[in-house]
Amino acid sequence: MRLEKCWFCSSTVYPGHGIQFVRNDAKIFRFCRSKCHKNFKMKRNPRKVKWTKAYRRLHGKDMTQDSTFEFERKRNRPERYDRNLSENTLKAIKKIDKVRVDREARHHALRMKGKKAKEQREAAKELEQGIHMVKAPAVLEKEPSLTLPKIKVKVSRPQAEENHPMEE
Amino acid sequence: MVQYDFKKITVVPNGKEFIDIILSRTQRQTPTVVHKGYSISRLRQFYMRKVKYTQQNFHEKLSTIIEEFPRLDDIHPFYGDLLHVLYNKDHYKLALGQINTARNLISKIAKDYVKLLKYGDSLYRCKSLKVAALGRLCTTTHMARLPSIDPNTRTILICGYPNVGKSSFINEITRADVDVQPYAFTTKSLFVGHTDYKYLRYQVIDTPGILDRPFEDRNIIEMCSITALAHLRAAVLFFLDISGSCGYSIAAQAALFHSIKSLFMNKPLIIVCNKTDLQPLEGISEEDMKLVMEMKAEAMKTVIGQGGDPLNDEGVLLTMSTLTEEGVVSVKNAACERLLDQRVELKMKSKKMNDCLNRFHVAVPKPRDQKERPPCLPQAVLEGMAKQQAAEKEKRKLERDLEEENGGAGVYSASLKKHYILKNDDWKEDIMPEILDGHNVYDFIDPDVLQRLEELEREEGLRAEEEDDDFEMDGKELTPEEQEALAEIRKKKSLLIQQHRIKKSTAESRPTVPRKFDKERKFTSERMGRQLSTLGLDPTLAINRARSKSRGRKRERSLDRGGNDGDDVMDMDVDQPNKKLRARSRSMSRSRSMSRPPGEVVAGEGFKDSAQKVKALKLAKKSVKKRNKDARRGEADRVIPTLKPKHLFSGKRSIGKTSRR
Repeated sequence: MRLEKCWFCSSTVYPGHGIQFVRNDAKIFRFCRSKCHKNFKMKRNPRKVKWTKAYRRLHGKDMTQDSTFEFERKRNRPERYDRNLSENTLKAIKKIDKVRVDREARHHALRMKGKKAKEQREAAKELEQGIHMVKAPAVLEKEPSLTLPKIKVKVSRPQAEENHPMEE
Repeated sequence: MVQYDFKKITVVPNGKEFIDIILSRTQRQTPTVVHKGYSISRLRQFYMRKVKYTQQNFHEKLSTIIEEFPRLDDIHPFYGDLLHVLYNKDHYKLALGQINTARNLISKIAKDYVKLLKYGDSLYRCKSLKVAALGRLCTTTHMARLPSIDPNTRTILICGYPNVGKSSFINEITRADVDVQPYAFTTKSLFVGHTDYKYLRYQVIDTPGILDRPFEDRNIIEMCSITALAHLRAAVLFFLDISGSCGYSIAAQAALFHSIKSLFMNKPLIIVCNKTDLQPLEGISEEDMKLVMEMKAEAMKTVIGQGGDPLNDEGVLLTMSTLTEEGVVSVKNAACERLLDQRVELKMKSKKMNDCLNRFHVAVPKPRDQKERPPCLPQAVLEGMAKQQAAEKEKRKLERDLEEENGGAGVYSASLKKHYILKNDDWKEDIMPEILDGHNVYDFIDPDVLQRLEELEREEGLRAEEEDDDFEMDGKELTPEEQEALAEIRKKKSLLIQQHRIKKSTAESRPTVPRKFDKERKFTSERMGRQLSTLGLDPTLAINRARSKSRGRKRERSLDRGGNDGDDVMDMDVDQPNKKLRARSRSMSRSRSMSRPPGEVVAGEGFKDSAQKVKALKLAKKSVKKRNKDARRGEADRVIPTLKPKHLFSGKRSIGKTSRR
């Protein structure tokens, strides 16, 4: 029993899932679900389809080269069973996983690094430029802080009544 | 060996079929289309061709028939007699002769009519000619139904009284399906079956029941069987019904036997007592036993003449029961043995065997001296042989035995890991997982996995340290009030965009009304005041100024009605109908009504005069009125445009059945 990789999206195909397609030249294409299968039949290139791992790796969204990937290699020569070795391997798998996940997170953080600063700068600029929509320039002169003005005046009935006698 | 297979004679069709066959052939093979407008020579040619073709076909077919049917003198006398019995020699000859004359006649007719056609000038004649020619045929089909019997191979003949059980016997040992019925004369003609013994084929011929009557009085069916007996070289099985349930006593059967025993000269004879389930052989009466013994004695005589063991009388009288099937196979075997012996004996006697024997010769080297020379085996081989024997003596325990011990195939499953060669034998029964956390474990197995893991961890450690050093400076955070302001700005922006989009899309259909005809009352001083105050300014001055400057359309009217209309009207704000406000205004100016006469043209509405406005109002009311749709079909009600579309009710299907429409 082996876990395979989907040819289109590179996710793992567990036993009992998906479809395998064998081409006339004996190349085997495995798919994890019908979505990938149908995309394949439509002759779409996974490197151009945004949600696949192939795209993400190609465009630098995900980590490409790392020593943690070297540990997992398909070995064709079977090794003689050794209990200690298996034990160590099983423990190692867990540790390697942890390391890999950490590295991926770091990669992501690195990618997103400048974003916050950029956002903040943009926000500041917008605020500065648009403050006139919410605060009258006269008020702004008096109170140069870029905040909403405090509403002191209210138009209410009693004022109108006062106006009446004024007009008349 | 000449094999007669009368089945190979093509079935001769009767008259009508024959005509059909020939005609259809003619139709297919010659051009079929001819028009009146063709030139006369072409028409003539066309019909001549047809006639000639038909004649040729007939000639061909009839000739083949005549040739295929054998001449009576040429065939084996067995068949000749059989034919004579069944069909009367003369009849047969007549039939063939008639076919011959027919053939000649056809040729003559065809020739005549072809000659006539040369002078003919109508289509019609030809057809009638054809029909006439065809009408003169007559055929027989009976011949082809003779069974294919080879008179020279190993044959077993079965005979005896009617209803004795011969057909059941045949049914059991061969695959021929003979009619088994309780009344006499069931087997109407000879039936042949085949059976195997010692890798040889034997044909078994079943004969109709033979009644005990003098030769001459026998009917055709019996003559049939007698003929067969006379001519075939076969082993004969005479069936005897011990129980008497066939309707004839043993005495009668014995009498029959004696009367026809002359036919059994030189043929191995076996007497079979059938129906022993009803009456065992030992249980019959004294006289019957005597008769049976007599028959046996006769049978023995035949044995002596044929190279069989005269002292062995077991192969001569046998018992069996076709119902319970005991003894059937032994009877068959005995018959086959006897026949084989006889044939071998015959062959031995014939000159051919001597010729064969002359060809065999075993060469033996002449002994040089008296010394004995046994085969030589090297010592190692002898030792090996001895050891092997010893090893075989102590049998080793097989896995299969182990399985049986522990409960058999379903209960015990053999441990395949028993013979594993590992560093430590404790590990033999270990189960190793193949999959862990979405990885294949086998992909990770590496002898130096530990070492590499260590390196990895070290790397990680280093990198983690580096990470702690550079942290992001995010001191440019906005304060919450600033964030509020920003949110407000964004909201305002989006509102503007939305309004613009609405305006943009309806720009073409919407009339551009100048602001003074403001129906939605967007542009009131109230509103202005509110908006100014949200911006942080004090609107009172602005409102006052606005009010003082405004002319107010209602000024003229308000003068008629007394002044205060305009203010109240202006104070009305559509966006925020303040009920209190309105109530108060109402109370202040109750005497003045707010409504206008219905047809009055208000500036800004777009009507040219009051008549138009009245009409418009009328139309508006009409469109709002609820329509009476009582029980009338609407758009949502299903309509079948054609109740019986042709394409669904006619035509054949290209695949499938048309049993449902």
